[in-house]
Amino acid sequence: MDYKEILAQYRDLPGGIIEAFHAIQDEFGYLPEEAVLEAARGFAIPVAEAFGIATFYSMFSVKPRGKNVIRICESAPCHIAGATEVIAALERELGIKMGESTSCGRFALEFTECVGQCQGTPVITINGKPYTNVSPAAIPNILAEYKQA
Amino acid sequence: MKPEELIDEVRQSKLRGRGGAGFNCGQKWYFAYTARADEKFVICNADEGEPGTYKDRIIMENDPHVLIEGMTICATAIGARQGYIYLRGEYPQVVNILNTAIDQAKARGLLDDFDIEVRSGAGAYVCGEETALIESIEGKRGEPRYKPPYPPVEGLWNQPTIVNNVETFAAVPAIVKNGASWYASIGHPDYPGTKIVTLTGDVNNRTFFEVPTNTTIREIIYEFGGGIPAGKKFKAVQVGGTSGAFIPEENLDTPLAFDTMTAIGATLGSGAVLVLDESRNLIDVLTRISGFFQHESCGKCAPCREGTMRLYDLMLKVNNGTGKPQDIKIMQKLGNVMAISCLCGLGQAAPAPILSSLEHFPADFNVKLM
Ligand SMILES: Cc1cc2nc3c(=O)[nH]c(=O)nc-3n(C[C@H](O)[C@H](O)[C@H](O)COP(=O)(O)O)c2cc1C
Ligand code: FES
Repeated sequence: MDYKEILAQYRDLPGGIIEAFHAIQDEFGYLPEEAVLEAARGFAIPVAEAFGIATFYSMFSVKPRGKNVIRICESAPCHIAGATEVIAALERELGIKMGESTSCGRFALEFTECVGQCQGTPVITINGKPYTNVSPAAIPNILAEYKQA
Repeated sequence: MKPEELIDEVRQSKLRGRGGAGFNCGQKWYFAYTARADEKFVICNADEGEPGTYKDRIIMENDPHVLIEGMTICATAIGARQGYIYLRGEYPQVVNILNTAIDQAKARGLLDDFDIEVRSGAGAYVCGEETALIESIEGKRGEPRYKPPYPPVEGLWNQPTIVNNVETFAAVPAIVKNGASWYASIGHPDYPGTKIVTLTGDVNNRTFFEVPTNTTIREIIYEFGGGIPAGKKFKAVQVGGTSGAFIPEENLDTPLAFDTMTAIGATLGSGAVLVLDESRNLIDVLTRISGFFQHESCGKCAPCREGTMRLYDLMLKVNNGTGKPQDIKIMQKLGNVMAISCLCGLGQAAPAPILSSLEHFPADFNVKLM
């Protein structure tokens, strides 16, 4: 579906721009500039406001990024449970730093704050799916599934 | 039951908000009930962004209907026809659970004159603040509003609006069924009922429990939590999430109720319990926490925008061993200013972990100073 069709589905929903952005991002992996411009027109708000919304929320990205978004929780409970070592293992395995995407376009590494799965710290999510009690040693196995996709 | 009777029952039960502010639920409903407007709204705050907290998810995953029932009772009480559940963007799996439950309730004719829509957040801690949440549902940046007016008078699309936490709504059906005095007799008399606590850090049972509100922090850690692993000693506990105070051993006999926690200079907050054992580096944990606030400050008001950034800088300095006694004085002064001058609870609470640690664990700072 192109972003115009997606936006059309939400245009009549009061305050629906955030839901529309979620739907666009599910499709494209990020919010393309033209889609934000089109959203401003569709929801009849200034372009600055549409970008203001797109950049306020940490789950939205206005830049292209790797297809599988890996987020690592760095909130205090995950931090003391060893998130730093998990980060190092991810960076090593993918050959990129936090905040970057792999050149093949398959993975993006991002920080997040608590994702509400604190029964199993440290926690990472891939495309929103949580993985709990993650150890550095478990990283290659977890990523394998996404390397084929 | 008529609206006035429902509100009276909830008020007499002394149910107080489980989202952090501890306001009397029935009283809040009464404000919205008496407000005159063509339209009123009921919003469930399922933003649950406080680090270490997942109690609302547990309720929604295991019993979504109790939440829907609680919201419907509220709608009947205040006269609302539209409700929203503002669910944090990090819980995509819960969207389907809630929508399925809403459909089931509709199929049974239980939502004939009240509709509920699920809206997803997109990763902003400040959107748990009720007016920022309202802005977000309106499709804007989630920046808190100036108060008053408060939401029960002027909320979503400027109409009277009740915002309650998931756990608060979930308590309502049992109150209506069993009566106010039944509920008021459970737990601590000033903050009756139960509280779900989520245990993280250095405890054997890193899981969740629902406990009566007269349960003490010590019981949570040593009985429910099974104590501290590997025979280590207790160092500190942070209750209420990342915006909570760090509490020393001598205050562990405090009940997990609202005013009892305030009385020891702490907060009940979300009921998250983060335990640190003697081997933990408190300064490092505080540095990470101040990084959280620096990142999550929405930037609308200067004391929070600049203050969280400065606190983070200063904590980084202390943590890497280049801090000076002067830096501690600055943090104390800045923290006190933020607590009274920030626009919303985010900035007001941001210094609490540092200030409480300076009070109870000064030696941890001193050994790090130049
Ligand atoms: C920065 C900040 C974050 C908050 N996050 C939440 C939250 O995630 N969930 C919640 O219910 N209340 C949160 N609150 C409290 C709400 O503003 C509000 O008091 C609460 O939703 C009212 O519901 P209650 O009376 O049932 O507790 C937050 C407040 C602040 C200042
Ligand atoms: S603290 Fe990491 S998931 Fe909650």
